Amino acid sequence: MIGSNLVFNIEEVVAIILFGIGFTTLLLHRNLIKKIIGLNIMDTAVYFFLASMGYVDGRVAPIVTNGVLDAQVYINPIPSGLVLTGIVVSVSVTAMMLSLTIRLYKRYHTLNLDEIYMYAVKQDR
Amino acid sequence: MQKISKKERFEAWINGEIPSAEEQLLNESGRHVYQSTSTVQAKRRHKNPRDYQNAFEIKAFQKVYNVLSVVFCLALIASLLITVSYLPRVGGTDNPGNNEVAERYIEKGLEETGAVNIVAGMILDYRAFDTFGESCVLFCAVCSVFILLKVSDRETAKENDRIHEPKNDVILQQIARIIVPLGLIFGIYVVLNGHLSAGGGFSGGAIMGAVLVLYLLAFGFEKTERFFNEKVFRVITCSALSFYCLAKSYSFFTGANHLESIISTGTPGAIISAGLILPLNICVGLVVACTMYAFYTMFRKGGM
Amino acid sequence: MDFIRNFPFFSIMFAMLCAILTSALPKKGAKVLCTVMISISTLLNAAVLYYTCVTGESYVYIMGHFPAPWGNELRAGVLEGLMGTTFSIVMLLSVLGGARHINEDLAENKISLYYVMIDLLQGALLALVYTNDIFTAYVFIEITTIASGGILMIRQIGRTTLAATRYMIMSLLGSGLFLIGITLMYDLTGHLLMSNIQQSCAQIVADGRYTVPLTVVVGLITIGLCIKSGLFPFHFWMPDTYGYSTPASSSILSGLISKAYIFLLIKIFYRVIGFDIISSSKVLNVLFVFGLAAMIIGSVSAIRENDIRRMTAYSSAAQIGYIFMGIGLGTSAGMTAAIFHILTHAVTKPLLFISASGLSDVSNGSKKFRDLQDSGFRNVPAGIGFMVGSLSMVGLPLFGGFISKLLFATASVQNPNKMLPTLIVLAISTVLNAVYFLRTVIRIYRPAADKETLQVEGARPDVRMTFGQQRLFVMVMICFVALNLVLGLYSQPITNAITAGLTMLA
Repeated sequence: MIGSNLVFNIEEVVAIILFGIGFTTLLLHRNLIKKIIGLNIMDTAVYFFLASMGYVDGRVAPIVTNGVLDAQVYINPIPSGLVLTGIVVSVSVTAMMLSLTIRLYKRYHTLNLDEIYMYAVKQDR
Repeated sequence: MQKISKKERFEAWINGEIPSAEEQLLNESGRHVYQSTSTVQAKRRHKNPRDYQNAFEIKAFQKVYNVLSVVFCLALIASLLITVSYLPRVGGTDNPGNNEVAERYIEKGLEETGAVNIVAGMILDYRAFDTFGESCVLFCAVCSVFILLKVSDRETAKENDRIHEPKNDVILQQIARIIVPLGLIFGIYVVLNGHLSAGGGFSGGAIMGAVLVLYLLAFGFEKTERFFNEKVFRVITCSALSFYCLAKSYSFFTGANHLESIISTGTPGAIISAGLILPLNICVGLVVACTMYAFYTMFRKGGM
Repeated sequence: MDFIRNFPFFSIMFAMLCAILTSALPKKGAKVLCTVMISISTLLNAAVLYYTCVTGESYVYIMGHFPAPWGNELRAGVLEGLMGTTFSIVMLLSVLGGARHINEDLAENKISLYYVMIDLLQGALLALVYTNDIFTAYVFIEITTIASGGILMIRQIGRTTLAATRYMIMSLLGSGLFLIGITLMYDLTGHLLMSNIQQSCAQIVADGRYTVPLTVVVGLITIGLCIKSGLFPFHFWMPDTYGYSTPASSSILSGLISKAYIFLLIKIFYRVIGFDIISSSKVLNVLFVFGLAAMIIGSVSAIRENDIRRMTAYSSAAQIGYIFMGIGLGTSAGMTAAIFHILTHAVTKPLLFISASGLSDVSNGSKKFRDLQDSGFRNVPAGIGFMVGSLSMVGLPLFGGFISKLLFATASVQNPNKMLPTLIVLAISTVLNAVYFLRTVIRIYRPAADKETLQVEGARPDVRMTFGQQRLFVMVMICFVALNLVLGLYSQPITNAITAGLTMLA
């Protein structure tokens, strides 16, 4: 049931393992800062995946040099563009999550989501 | 334990007197009511083990949680690994991605967009709508951080942390005097050459933002406020983004209705070429630099 | 006439431009600009709906100078026009109906930022409805996520900040799965435009080489969007999110945002993967089972709540279950029913949230049932609004909810394997709906018998809201009730339009 390309896709394998770690950290860790770290690991893994996917053996980065315009010389530019877009999205989301964490810490003096929940239920009906 | 009849129970339910799950939680652990907000007491309370009403149960629960997390992680990774084993090989020349789309970007990109950097041509001309959305994500995030952390003028005086700033740290200031101008010039170079070499609005803007933050760290808010305050921030972001929106709308409108666009691509390789890509890179660079700086000041003291 | 083809693009870009300009305006100007923008947007979308109905076919709009598969594209058909129009109308009514609470709940210097968020949301929702490019969909999903977090936490009490954190975490998990899904999809097909991916998908299935990856990709995208729209195992963020934010935010979040994700999922099923491939895979069965579970569990949780807003939120979880159950039936009749229910829910839930806030206003701001006694008499328009919304959700004839339940039942008959469970759960869920909604209606119309207990509780039963004090609120109530009646009484043209739209999608 396992396909034939697992060994050849070693970069993608690493990216997938990182994605799983990040996803699980984001889902199940109780500490907010660690959740945000998990989010960043997850996003970075996706960019790694995209970058390895766009690579073609023996070709160079898609910036025209010496006027050569041949599709056999440059790698696929689309994944690079997607990574650029994705990085900006992840910066924005991280900034927002960090500011939410700052507010919660200022109010409840803890970063543990369970404790924050308990205090929030008690304090603000 | 008093017994109540079904009818009474029904009436109590209608009246909303049967506690919901959350209210039950409140009653069970109502002994240690959270009262104080001072940090010292909060820390003491944090160490008191009796805070956890059922410390043992919580520990057991957390063990289950950890086991679950490992199992879940492994399951997700396993299913994705099986997927990866079927995917086309990394680096293969005949992968589905290397199709007519990528081919045209590479072979016709220089002619159609005028950008030597094919990625810049792709994200700012072929797929410009995505990139416009991306700038809007950044704008949206800045607004959210403003919503969360901006303090009103009344609170500013109280929360002002300028008294804690290190005054005149000589080493930092001397190094900043060297790095700040160099970094700023490098950032501007990266933005202006976005269509000619690696780089572009986002990377150049991030460099400029970092330099601004370094300047702020070395010389304090009083010096930065002389040339960069909230008003300047608003003017720059609003005008840059509006220009981006209007310019791109013009380009979309002419493209979709097959009208002649007045924007020419110029000579490829010259600094003023590639049509809208250079002005858009400048706009994006300005927005990103301001945004990075705004994030820092908001996290630091909730105002500019 | 062909100029109308530009309107989807106009409405998206205009909303974005207004958002950028609004950030520099004071709060009065922000509100006016926002209202004007959404009204214009409604008209533009209605024109698109009319145009596509008249021409009878969908069209593709190129964003830029390059056609597919090189540039971005928008695509408009009857279904997109219908969704765009409904979303704009509901957005307008929610903002107007919650306007007083926006002024009360938010800090003075943040009101104009609220309207910035609303503008961004409007643009992003329309982009999600009209986009023909899967990566554009991802970017605008992220805008929707951040902006909905923004309108949620802008009321700064501890509960909303916590709710926003949990909502963001769940949403980000969903976005992460969606992103890796479309990344894998790009690796398999080499395209990002929906129509091109569909051709490649058909080839892949005929080829048989990438069957396993394709199944995983479909699963990842579906789970991602299900998490974001709050299907049953992932619905725990709902009560906090809808229960404590300002009423306008609650109604926008429950009525529009989760619906936009579901609509995107339907669009992906039809336009990216192909409905034949989807209906032969097992994904729809999973959605069907979770939809049924959500219908029961959401309603049972709602019965146990003592807080009118949280109860309505749990009811939302149940209604999301209805929609996924309809999608899971795997027939085009089921899909029609699901889309009709999206419309019904989009016009009913905001009505319930906004009228509930009207009831709380006359009960000392409390949302608990024990304080809401008699409030239906003290604030007559809110009481009537809540009653109409409840009856529609329960499924009384005359209102939209009845038609959608009828459509679900008739759709299930066409699928013999799923008919029995659908009908049984539909019946149980209707009874449960009736139990908790009628309990609320009884509660708010129960005359205050013993004033002593009320005084002890600190409620002020003498607070009243007359028509004159809340003209805008009354108008919004009337519009929502009218929309409900339209859906209930003129359902035939709407279902015809949905069926026509679905054929255009494929």
